[in-house]
Amino acid sequence: MARNRGDVTYVAELLEVERQKLMATLPLIEFKNVNFSYGSRVILNGVDMNISRGQVIAIMGGSGSGKTTLLRLIGGEAKPSAGSVSVAGRVVHELGRDELFKLRRKMGMLFQFGALFTDLSVFDNVAFQMREHTNLPESMIRDLVLMKLHAVGLRGAHHLMPAQLSGGMARRVALARSIALDPMLMMFDEPFTGLDPISLSVIGGLIRRLTDTLGMTSILVTHDIQESLRIVDYVYFLADGVIAAHGTPDEVRESKVPFVHQFVHGEIDGPVPFHYQAQTSYSQDLGVRTESGV
Amino acid sequence: MLLVLLKSIPSFLRFRLITREIYFAGVMSLIIILVSGLFVGMVLGLQGYETLQKYGSESAVGTLVALSLLRELGPVIAALLFASRAGSAMTAEIGLMKATEQLAAMGMMAVDPIARIVAPRFWGGVFSMPLLAAMFSVVGIFGGYLVAVVFIGVDEGSFWSQMQSSVDFRYDVVNGVIKSCFFGVVVTAIAVFEGFDAPPTAEGVSGATTRTVVTSSLAILGLDFVLTAFMFRGVS
Repeated sequence: MARNRGDVTYVAELLEVERQKLMATLPLIEFKNVNFSYGSRVILNGVDMNISRGQVIAIMGGSGSGKTTLLRLIGGEAKPSAGSVSVAGRVVHELGRDELFKLRRKMGMLFQFGALFTDLSVFDNVAFQMREHTNLPESMIRDLVLMKLHAVGLRGAHHLMPAQLSGGMARRVALARSIALDPMLMMFDEPFTGLDPISLSVIGGLIRRLTDTLGMTSILVTHDIQESLRIVDYVYFLADGVIAAHGTPDEVRESKVPFVHQFVHGEIDGPVPFHYQAQTSYSQDLGVRTESGV
Repeated sequence: MLLVLLKSIPSFLRFRLITREIYFAGVMSLIIILVSGLFVGMVLGLQGYETLQKYGSESAVGTLVALSLLRELGPVIAALLFASRAGSAMTAEIGLMKATEQLAAMGMMAVDPIARIVAPRFWGGVFSMPLLAAMFSVVGIFGGYLVAVVFIGVDEGSFWSQMQSSVDFRYDVVNGVIKSCFFGVVVTAIAVFEGFDAPPTAEGVSGATTRTVVTSSLAILGLDFVLTAFMFRGVS
């Protein structure tokens, strides 16, 4: 039977379709003049950033520059002291606990060392979210878990415990666990740290392939320039609490911005100085009198 | 504490989570509880006989062993052992889960760590403690029987009959169980709080584990005095 165009449900469905079309054209994540401090220490100072859907984005910067804080703000683990962070059109820090948890079900996060549950097997780690958030029968969960593990090349390791895995394998299991419910957004906190070149390349390849296959958006917080520039679509550099530079991998490689140049080429001295600022001069500290008196 | 109680409903709906913690906190503590109970009972039997025989009352050794264990030593020593063995393990486990970002990962998966990790451990400990204390007392009485009757030769009939006539179910057994329930709540509350509150470093987890044992032990001894004052006042 043809739908009555005056039917309220029909109109609501049309509106929902239009809303989703509109949302698809908007950035998935929007940072608007975001400030964040730990006590008196300012971490972010007026960060503006838009992240489009379907891209792999890298956020780079020195240690303590606030990269991980950006991920915590997106996940709602921290609240900005000023400004707003929106994910899929919703301001994260304004959401109630239930709404935030509902949003988090559409997000995945890969922690620096995997953060696998050490008392659960590889299989149970990947099945964890499915068992917590769905009523799927165990037979279907088994099939889904094996599919996710197969996607990261570890179907054969489903019976192992986390303590029996290498660092790279643990990272891949954690990745399988993060994509268990097919998230719209994946966040990776230092995914390449401590990996050998093969594992590093495997993880990098998986991030790119899974992002494209599952239609996700991925954000990487990383120090690894070479691997990141190989797989990402866009890079943001964070320094002194602001976005110091941004661009495509090719633009970053050719950048003349001093900070970016120092970072990309691993130069020892530059805008990020080798020496931590001292209150007194070197010669004063050593008690040496120089001709200039310094 | 209130937060844990409020978030305990999912644990009761999935009772296997609590069952698992009863296994780790209770069943895995059985060896130390049973062995300690046996030796404490044997020492009570020996010391009791040494003292009572001076007054020709050695047949009352069964009464002494039973009342000491049921009223005081069973609940108190079992709770001290439980705090050292299971309480410290709970704190270390939760603290390490925090240090290795497992709790943060759980939160990011939209699963509340207090409901999923803390609440089942709390109830597992609360349910285990009275059972462990009861087993401690039973094995202790058996230890006293071994020394007094089997080794020393006190009359078996007197040993059991005096115990039966002196021990009151309401005042001695039930009060002992009530004490162990209180101790179970206090020890597990301290253990899960210290674990959840531990700084996420090796030093932080180590300090939290130590605090669990020290704070629990002091709380058990202090609370025991208060409960004893209320329970056994004016009872002969």
